[in-house]
Amino acid sequence: MTKSRLAGALALAGTLAFASLAHANTLRWSSAGDSLTMDPHAQNEGPTHVLSHQVYDTLVFRDQEMQLVPRLATEWRLTEDPTVWEFKLRQGVKFHDGSPFNADDVVFSIQRAKHENADMKGLLTTVVEVSKVDDYTVRMRTDGPNPLLPNNLTNLFMMDREWAEANKVTVPQNYKAGEETFAVRNANGTGPFRLVSREPDVRTELVRNEAYWGKGLFPLEVSRIIHTPIKSAATRAAALLSGEIDFLLDPPVQDLERLNNARGIVVRSAPENRTIFFGMQQSLPELRTSNVKGRNPFADKRVRQAMNIAINRDAIHRVVMRGQSVPAGIVMAPFVDGYSKDIDQVPRPDVARAKALLAEAGYPDGFGVTLSCTNDRYINDEAICQAVTGMLGQIGIRVRLDARSRSIHFAELPRGELDFYLLGWGVPTMDSHYVFHYLFETKSDKGGSWNATGYSNAEVDRMIDAMTREVDAAKRSAMVQQVWQTLQDEVVYLPVHHQMLNWAMKDNIDFPVQSENYPYFMLLKYRK
Amino acid sequence: MNTQPHNRATPAVPPDEPVHTPSLLARMLDSDLWHSFVRSPVTVVSAVVALLYVLAALCAPLISPQNPFDPATLDLMEAFTPPLQANAFSGRTFWLGTDAQGRDIFSAILYGSRVSLLVGVAAVSFAALLGIGLGLMSGYLGGWVDALIMRIADIQLSFPAILIALLIFGVFKGIVPPELQDRVALYVLIVAIGLSDWVQYARTVRSSTMAEKNKEYVQAARVIGVPAPLILLRHILPNVMGPVLVIATIGLALAIILESTLSFLGVGVPPTQPSLGTLIRVGQDFLFSGEWWIVLFPGLALLILALSVNLLGDWLRDALNPKLR
Amino acid sequence: MLAVILRRLLQSILVMLAVALVSFGLFRYIGDPIHNMVGQEATLAEREQLREHLGLNDAVPVQFARFVGNALRGEFGISYRMARPVADVIRERLPATLELALISGSAALLAGIALGVYTALRRDGWLSHAIMSASLIGVSLPTFLIGILLIYVFAVELKVLPAFGRSETVQLGWWNTGLLTASGLKSLILPAITLGLYQLTLIMRLVRAEMLEVLRTDYIKFARARGLSDRSIHFRHALKNTLLPVITIAGLQIGSIIAFAIITETVFQWPGVGLLFITAVQFVDIPVMAAYLVLIALIFVVINLIVDLLYFAVDPRLRVRRTGRGT
Repeated sequence: MTKSRLAGALALAGTLAFASLAHANTLRWSSAGDSLTMDPHAQNEGPTHVLSHQVYDTLVFRDQEMQLVPRLATEWRLTEDPTVWEFKLRQGVKFHDGSPFNADDVVFSIQRAKHENADMKGLLTTVVEVSKVDDYTVRMRTDGPNPLLPNNLTNLFMMDREWAEANKVTVPQNYKAGEETFAVRNANGTGPFRLVSREPDVRTELVRNEAYWGKGLFPLEVSRIIHTPIKSAATRAAALLSGEIDFLLDPPVQDLERLNNARGIVVRSAPENRTIFFGMQQSLPELRTSNVKGRNPFADKRVRQAMNIAINRDAIHRVVMRGQSVPAGIVMAPFVDGYSKDIDQVPRPDVARAKALLAEAGYPDGFGVTLSCTNDRYINDEAICQAVTGMLGQIGIRVRLDARSRSIHFAELPRGELDFYLLGWGVPTMDSHYVFHYLFETKSDKGGSWNATGYSNAEVDRMIDAMTREVDAAKRSAMVQQVWQTLQDEVVYLPVHHQMLNWAMKDNIDFPVQSENYPYFMLLKYRK
Repeated sequence: MNTQPHNRATPAVPPDEPVHTPSLLARMLDSDLWHSFVRSPVTVVSAVVALLYVLAALCAPLISPQNPFDPATLDLMEAFTPPLQANAFSGRTFWLGTDAQGRDIFSAILYGSRVSLLVGVAAVSFAALLGIGLGLMSGYLGGWVDALIMRIADIQLSFPAILIALLIFGVFKGIVPPELQDRVALYVLIVAIGLSDWVQYARTVRSSTMAEKNKEYVQAARVIGVPAPLILLRHILPNVMGPVLVIATIGLALAIILESTLSFLGVGVPPTQPSLGTLIRVGQDFLFSGEWWIVLFPGLALLILALSVNLLGDWLRDALNPKLR
Repeated sequence: MLAVILRRLLQSILVMLAVALVSFGLFRYIGDPIHNMVGQEATLAEREQLREHLGLNDAVPVQFARFVGNALRGEFGISYRMARPVADVIRERLPATLELALISGSAALLAGIALGVYTALRRDGWLSHAIMSASLIGVSLPTFLIGILLIYVFAVELKVLPAFGRSETVQLGWWNTGLLTASGLKSLILPAITLGLYQLTLIMRLVRAEMLEVLRTDYIKFARARGLSDRSIHFRHALKNTLLPVITIAGLQIGSIIAFAIITETVFQWPGVGLLFITAVQFVDIPVMAAYLVLIALIFVVINLIVDLLYFAVDPRLRVRRTGRGT
C-alpha cells in the first residue's frame, strides 16, 4: 500500500511539469489572512466569506457593479402578504457530489444558519419561518414587513441537506468552543469551484466545477485556484513582484506605486464599502484603563468633540494611507442608502479649540487611556492608531496603544471590555438600518451587538425599530435622516475614513474590484 | 572553552594589603592584555565604537533632536522624509530621515540602542550573577546540590535561548493583564534573556571552583576558620573572572541580537517605544517602496553594535587564552 | 557499557518528565482552559460541568499522570486558535521544518568543515583573513536581517528565487515533501541559507580551532618528521582527529537549528512548526505551545542520547571519565 502510494506520488511529481501546462489558467493568489473555517454559517467575516463564495452559492449576490443579481434564486418577490417573500430557485443545479439542489436544501440551510452556533443568525433575526412550496419555490416569513430581506442573503450559503445529515453536520460548528466538525475541513457546495485540498493558514487548492450551472453565464476562465496566505506585507508584495502569485487581494499601500510601475503588474482600485472609526465607552461611571477615577471623561460630549477635532484626517489620508482613503465624518460608506455628502462633513482639525474644550470639560491637563487596535484586519490599522495616539497626545490625552490580532480584538469588543477601540464597518445590506442596528442600538439580546460604546437612546431605539416596518419609502428615509442627525450631534464615534480597495494583479488579468472586497473568481477574465 | 585560572598572583596577596589606584593603572598599562590590545587596531576601533555607542545611548536625551518615545512630539506630516532632504511641509531636515510616523530615525536609533544596550547589559548581568552564584555553590558544596544544579543546567542547555525566551514571553502574556504588559515588558525581556543564558557561567565557575577549593591556601583558610562565603569571594572568584568576562562580552552581543530578534518577532517592547529590532520590523514593510532608510540605518546600527562587541569578545578570548592564537 | 546506556536512558526519561511538568504547568495554569473553550456567555453550571468533564477537579498528580499518558499517545488537546487537534496540526507542519533543518544543517556542516580546514591550513592567507572577518559579521548579523536581505536581492531585484513558502509539494503518505519538485527545491534555497549561516560560522570556527590544536600535537610533528606528505598529514591524520568533536557539536546543533527555524520560518512564511509556535505565542494558544515544547525536547533528548552513545562507542577514554561532554 505504501509502495503504491509512493509510486503514485513519484508519478505525480513527474507529471507536475506538464500539469502546470494543462492548467494554463491556474490562478495563484494571496492575502494577509486565511478563512477561519469552511463551515459557511459558523463565522460572519470577510476573509471567511471570500473562500465560501468560491465553493458555495448564495441565493443572490452583488456583482462587480454592486447590483443585487440572481444566483441560486432566479427571481424573488414580496407576496400579497407583506411579511412573506417568495424565491424561485434555479433548476438542474447539482452539488459537487452530484446530488440535486432543491427547495429542501434551502429550507435546511436557512434553518441551519439560524442555529445558535451560527454567526450568520444576526442577518436572519427577522425571519420567523421558512417553508417549501414546491421543489423549486421557497417562502420566508418575517416578523413584520421586511422590504429589504434579499439584501441580507448575499452571504448566506446553500448546503446540501443529505450531505450534512450523512456527515453529521446539520448543526453549525461552534467556533467559539473550539469545535471541529466534518464541515470545517470539507465542503460540498454548488459553487463554481470544488475544494481539492486545504491546509489552514498554509494553502488551499480549488479546481473548477466543470458541471457548474453558471457555464455560459459567467466567464469561468480560471480552472484552478491556489491560495497562499502571507502575513508579512513586504513578503506579499515581493511574491507578486517576483511572479510567484498572480493576484493579490490586499497589496500594502506603500507598495502600490512600485507595483503599478512594475512591468506586467496592474493595480485596480475602487472605494470600499467600509468605514474605519474609533469607539469610546461612554456609559460606565469610570473607565477601566484611565487615570481619571470617579468619572468617565468620554461621557462628556465636549471631550468627544475635542478628540474629533484633534484627529487630522487629512494627514492620515496623505501619509498613512498614501491617498488610498476618503476622509470621513460619518460611520457609513457612501454606498449606503441614507448617505449624503451633507452629513459626511469632515471635521477640520483645530488643536487650540480641542484643548479649550478639554479644559472646559474639566481636563486641562488631559488624561490617560488605553486604545485597543487590530494589527491584521484593516489597511494599516496599527499605523492609523499610532498616528492618532500622537495627535491625541498633542491635546494632552495620553494614549497607551495595544495593537493585537483580529481574533482577540473581535472577541473582546462585543463583550464590552474595551474603553477606546478601532473598528471598521461595512454594510452588506446597503442600508443605514444595518449600521443603526449593530452600532447604535442599545446593546441587548435583540440588537446593538457591536455597540461597545454603551450609547443608549430610547428615542433612537424606537425609530430604529420602527423603520423596519415602515413601507413608505419617503417616510422611512426621513426617519433615517433624523436618526443620523441625532447621532452625528452626539459624536458617538470618531470616524476616520472610508477605505479604498486595491487589487493588484498580473496585467493579463481583467478583474474589476468588487466593493465588498469579494473576488468572485468565476467572473475573472484573461486578456487575450 | 578554557576554564583554567589565569590570575596566578591572587593567592600571594595577603587579604589586607591596601590597594593603590595609580599602581593598579600602571600595572594595567603594563599588562599583557594592554599590549595585545594596542597591537590590534581592529580591537581598538571596535572598543572606541562600542564606547561611543554606550555614551551616545546614555546621553540620548541630550543629543537627540527629538524624543521618539513621546508620540505627542511626532508630526505625521513629517513622515517618510528621506535623509538630508527638507520635509515638504515643515521644511525641517533630518540626518537619517524619518520613519512612517514622522519619527527622526537618528533619535530613534539612539533611543532604540538605549533599550537594546540596557536590556543586553541587564540580561548579561542577571545571567552572570545567577550563573556565578550557582556555579560557586555547585563547585564548593558538591554533593547533591552540585548534582541538582548541573542536571538543571543540562536540561536547560538542550534548549536554545530563543525558545526559552519565547516561552517565558508566552507565559507572561498569559498571566499579566494587558494594561500592565507595556510597563513590565522590559523587565520580562531582561529576565527571559538572562534566564536563558546562565548555564555557561555556572559551568565555568563550577569547574574553576572545584579545582581551586582543594588547593592548600583554601584548605588553610578553611582551617583557620574563614567563613565559606568569604573564601569564595576573596580567593576563588577572582580566579574565574577572566573566562567570565569573555563569556559576558560574547553574551552581550548575543543578548543584543536576541533582544532585537524578539522585538522583530513582535513579542518584545511596545511599538511606541521601539528598540532596534522593532524599528527593523516596522521598516521592513517599506523596503520595496523606496523608503530604504527606515530599515537600513537601524539595521546598520544593530550590525555595528553587535560586531564591535563581538570583536572585543573575540580579542579578549584570544588574549586570555594564547593557545588559540 | 550496558550500565552506561541504562543510566543515559534513565536520565533522558527524567529530562522528558521535567519538560512534561513544565508543559503541563503551562497547560493547566496559564490561561483559563474553560474560559478559552466556552467564552464569556457560559453559565456557572456549564463551566462546572465542563471542568468535571475535563477532569480539572481531580488531584493535580492525577491530572499530570493523565497529561503524560495523553502525551505518550501524541494527544495534546485542541488548539484554541485553530479549533483542531494539536497533534494533527503538528504532524502536517513537521515535515516542512525537518526538511529545512536537515538540508540547511548538512549544507552548513559540509561548507563549515571545508572552510574551517582551509582557514586552519592557510592561517595567514588573505582569503583566510577575509573569511574569518566575514564569519564575525555573519555572527553579528541577526538571522532575520539576513533573510530580509536575501529576499530583497534574490526575490525582488533579481527575481530568481521565491520569496516565501514551499511552492509545490508532494504527499508521500503523511509526509509532505518539497524535495521532489523543482519549485519546491528552489524555495528551499533562501531559507536554508538564512538558517544555516550561523551554524556554518560556528562549525567553521570550531573546525579551525580544533585543527590548529591537532596540528600542534606531537604525533603530527612526528608524522612530519617521518616525511609524510602534507596532504596525507592534513587529511588522513589531522582532519580525522578533528572530526569527532565537530560531529558531536553538529549533532547537537540539529536541535538548535529546529528552534532557530522559528525566525527563518517567520521571515519566509515557511509553513513549519516554528511558524506555528510563534503564532501560538502571539495568540497565547497554550496547547500548541505545550506540545511544541515537548516535541522539541524529545528531538533534543533523542539526538543527545544518540550522540552520547556514539561517543562512548567511538572514544574508549570516555568510558572511564564520568561526565560526557563539555561546551
